[in-house]
Amino acid sequence: MGFFILRRIGQTLVVLAIASIIVFTLMRLIPGDPIQIIMGSEYSKEAEAELRRQLGLDRPIVVQYLVWVGNVVRGEFGYSYLNHERVSVLLWQAFLPTVCLVIGTTIVGLLLALPSGIIAAVKKDTVWDYGSMGFAITAYSMPSFWKGIILIWIFGVYLGWFPIMGYVHPWVNLSESLWKLTLPSLTLGTFFSGLVARITRSSLLEVLDQDYIKAARARGVRHTMLVAKHALRNALIPVVTVIGLQFGTLLGGAVLTETVFTIPGLGRLTVAAILNREYQIVQGAVLLGVVFVVGVNLLVDLAYGFLHPKIRVQ
Amino acid sequence: MEPARGVRTVDGDVLPVEAVGVARHNAQTPAYARLWRRFCRNKGAVFGLVVFLAIVFMALFADLISPYNPLIQNYARPMEGPSVDHWLGTDSFGRDMLSRIIHGARIALVVGILAVLLAMLIGVTLGLISGYYGGLTDTIIMRVMDGLFAFPILILAIALMAVMGFGVRNVIIAVAIVSIAPFARVTRGDVLAVREEPYIEAARLAGISNRAIIWRHVLPNVLAPIIVQGALRVSAAIITESGLSFLGLGPPPPTPVWGSMIAEGRNFIVMAPHISTYPGIALMITVVGLNLFGDGLRDVLDPKLKS
Repeated sequence: MGFFILRRIGQTLVVLAIASIIVFTLMRLIPGDPIQIIMGSEYSKEAEAELRRQLGLDRPIVVQYLVWVGNVVRGEFGYSYLNHERVSVLLWQAFLPTVCLVIGTTIVGLLLALPSGIIAAVKKDTVWDYGSMGFAITAYSMPSFWKGIILIWIFGVYLGWFPIMGYVHPWVNLSESLWKLTLPSLTLGTFFSGLVARITRSSLLEVLDQDYIKAARARGVRHTMLVAKHALRNALIPVVTVIGLQFGTLLGGAVLTETVFTIPGLGRLTVAAILNREYQIVQGAVLLGVVFVVGVNLLVDLAYGFLHPKIRVQ
Repeated sequence: MEPARGVRTVDGDVLPVEAVGVARHNAQTPAYARLWRRFCRNKGAVFGLVVFLAIVFMALFADLISPYNPLIQNYARPMEGPSVDHWLGTDSFGRDMLSRIIHGARIALVVGILAVLLAMLIGVTLGLISGYYGGLTDTIIMRVMDGLFAFPILILAIALMAVMGFGVRNVIIAVAIVSIAPFARVTRGDVLAVREEPYIEAARLAGISNRAIIWRHVLPNVLAPIIVQGALRVSAAIITESGLSFLGLGPPPPTPVWGSMIAEGRNFIVMAPHISTYPGIALMITVVGLNLFGDGLRDVLDPKLKS
């Protein structure tokens, strides 16, 4: 198991290194001179040379990359001249609401997906199955930003049940935070549930067809017990993997959902930074997104290793 | 006792007439006809195909079937609900919503299909090279693909738009780049299996060049999962394009794009909910249709992926 963990961490570091090269190269390809963006249209040659030296832009590109990686590892992403704040501080402030939204989404998604996936598998080829899978594919196909607007219209404006925008940290005011996170989590959670429900159904159907299930059935184990105790635990293993694989999509969906519900998260920060040409923020936010996704995948893989001994051996 | 009706095989078994009929029929029916019949048995897939064809029709003949010019503003009638004159109402500039939605299908489809074709071209080429040659080439290509795969798709697309600037062409390129990795992975996985087949070894021994083996013998045998992946990716590409447009990073106004139409309607959700609702419904039907079509295609062409 130790070797499995070390190998998986090594692979993750390689992926992160490659992703960091992609991010660094992308940001260097952005048209326009960063000096001009910072100093405006009028500046002296001496001031330009001094700022270029200060920012390290006069050094070879490989050195610039290594310096940047060194800074990133120390948590230094640069300085935002528009916000008058260190980029790392801005990223951290925006990261927390995004994480809360992603956690809320995962909870809502699983609460919807697992029962509907299980019902669809247990009652295969019945109206329950078609209904559950119809819901799943519709939920999966609805663009989250549009769903958010429709939910705001119905539950926020028309019925007035939930607030339609804003965000409060859970540790500041838990009830208000949950209240404000309900609609955004529902928006993104239904998308997530569509995907997970389909995987749960197919995975459970596959397990229910295994010989050990047939043997248990022959021994007279009750159907409910058979599904709950024998089949579900094995069926959920691929579901865990899919959840990990979909985290990137979830983070992308969070960007749009944050925009709809004006949540001050990573997505809104990135889009605003692009429009204001603050590329150090974009660079940091993209890298943070990658670290988040890769980190979750690593955890899922390790959990998978614990759940499924065969993987450890392979 | 009545003698068994049927055809006696060389082993002496008697096959029922019906079975022989089915076998003979299958042997005579071309493969595409059998695939088509299997596809038609899946009602969802047929529904998806009909939706896809309807969207293609809308996109091709948008100028002919649109009741109004989608760009002409009418300040006398802004934000009107559905009426006889404007079946789906008007937007905040008094433009006809139905005409804009019909023209929006053109952008959605052009971006979706072209981006996927571009991603397919690059991804499949990389997957073929990576899987066939193996070794260091494989390691380098696949590690870069792993790096690309680690990016949340929309966030990478947003960063690419920052680099390239806005506009339809750049949206296509951005969406294509974020879709390369899945094609490369799928292709490589199948090439690894195909390259061990005896006919590939035979081709090598016959002195056929690697490039010819890849194009003539490997590619045709890994095409099915690539086509399936392509069909399923079009809907994802359309969603990504709509997301970018919603954030204001897509084609610039006044281009009729579903994503930016939904974004515009967000500001008038209380007074005129139809502005956001109808483009969203168009987008949802398109994506549902394409997903069902892709699922059906997968079941027919690549049943092993079904689970």
